[in-house]
Amino acid sequence: MRVIEAATVTSAVRELAIAAACDLEPDILDALLAARDREISPLSKNILELLLTNSDVASREKIPVCQDTGIAVVFVFLGRRVRVEGDLAAAIQEGVRKGYSEGYLRMSVCDPLTRVNTMTNTPAVVHLELVEGDGLRLCMLPKGCGSENMSGLAMLPPSAGKPGIIRYVAELVVKAGSNPCPPVTVGVGIGGSFEKAALLAKQALLRPVGQPAGRSDVAEIEAEILAEINEQGQGVHGMGGNNTALAVHVETYPSHIASLPVAVNIQCHAHRYKEITL
Amino acid sequence: MSLLRCEPKFFADLVKVTLPFTAETLAGLQAGDLVSLSGVLYTGRDQTHRRLCALLEEGQPLPVDLRGQLLYYVGPTPAKPGQVIGAAGPTTSYRMDAYTPQLLALGLAATMGKGARSWAVREAMRQEGAVYLATIGGAGALLSKCIKKSELVAFPDAGPEALFCFEVDGFPAVVINDAAGRDYYEMVAQKKGS
Repeated sequence: MRVIEAATVTSAVRELAIAAACDLEPDILDALLAARDREISPLSKNILELLLTNSDVASREKIPVCQDTGIAVVFVFLGRRVRVEGDLAAAIQEGVRKGYSEGYLRMSVCDPLTRVNTMTNTPAVVHLELVEGDGLRLCMLPKGCGSENMSGLAMLPPSAGKPGIIRYVAELVVKAGSNPCPPVTVGVGIGGSFEKAALLAKQALLRPVGQPAGRSDVAEIEAEILAEINEQGQGVHGMGGNNTALAVHVETYPSHIASLPVAVNIQCHAHRYKEITL
Repeated sequence: MSLLRCEPKFFADLVKVTLPFTAETLAGLQAGDLVSLSGVLYTGRDQTHRRLCALLEEGQPLPVDLRGQLLYYVGPTPAKPGQVIGAAGPTTSYRMDAYTPQLLALGLAATMGKGARSWAVREAMRQEGAVYLATIGGAGALLSKCIKKSELVAFPDAGPEALFCFEVDGFPAVVINDAAGRDYYEMVAQKKGS
């Protein structure tokens, strides 16, 4: 049994939070560069250029890419042969608190009813999954809420099938207009139960932007939804063009025979993500 | 390593606008105009609006005179030592729709954020001769370079939702709703449909 100290987890989460806010990963930068190169609207092309410049300035000067440094969503994949010495849950929250305060990130978490800010950006939303191996993988997805607010979930009748899924997802993204900061990445969860579909949609965003699903029929649905969205011509920030979405990522899970849950989690162009395996 | 060959620059052919607006400037802006803003503006987002409107309901004075001003929907990240401000791009504007007509009725001249406004806000803008601008969502690092001064004006306990006064120089934006009632997002959608 491998032992990892809770303090090591705190330190790692702190670093992930700060790095995620200021440094975009190569996958999203490549997707934005490709979008710029194929963009047909001059204004949208110009804005894509500005977004790339923005990421450059952010990385160089360690200024957050976007002022909405998000609610911290942390996926924890805990190996079966790892034991964390201490309180894993508390260690993650402490890492988020430290990262946001010491990294000059924005405190964006409040009580849902009183709207009083916790001023620590905690609690983070933490998802724990038990996996094989002796590693502890920590995935930090700080989620801005311009895009989160445009997300949705439908319990479709199974008769809706593939056309119903494509229509629901594409309409939701198009209806969101410029609110979620397009070009967006669209995480889709199909199947499972009500809450499983939502979690799958979020998990779909952990995949490198534009990497197709492993199952060929799922990858086909991804391509069809992407084409349907971009066909509508809303473009970058609603300014027109052929890049409303950069990618659609679909994750599936078996569902009840009576059920076809479809969840859509929209991610803005400033797709901030960092992970580490301890 | 720089991804780009050029230094940060905004749009070409910008209409230079001084803040606060004159009535003449305001009336001359057209949906789709790309503008470069220089001068003074106020900031506010969800909690700021909630508090301003609560003060109005109680008959209390507001901490700022909004007449003729531009209200920018932003909740910046904190400034590091030596910085004027942290990242400071726009937040989504529809969340302020419930409060905006009351502020426009006070004489607020313009608002700036991102995303479309409600019919009620558009109607209020048309009646008051106000405009709505969008700036670039998710470009908070770059936009912070256009902010030359930042001063906390009210509601410090609201953290990032406090009301600030910014002095900006060359701040880029697109006119979405002009005083004549046009909407640039709709114009883009109609162009696609035609």
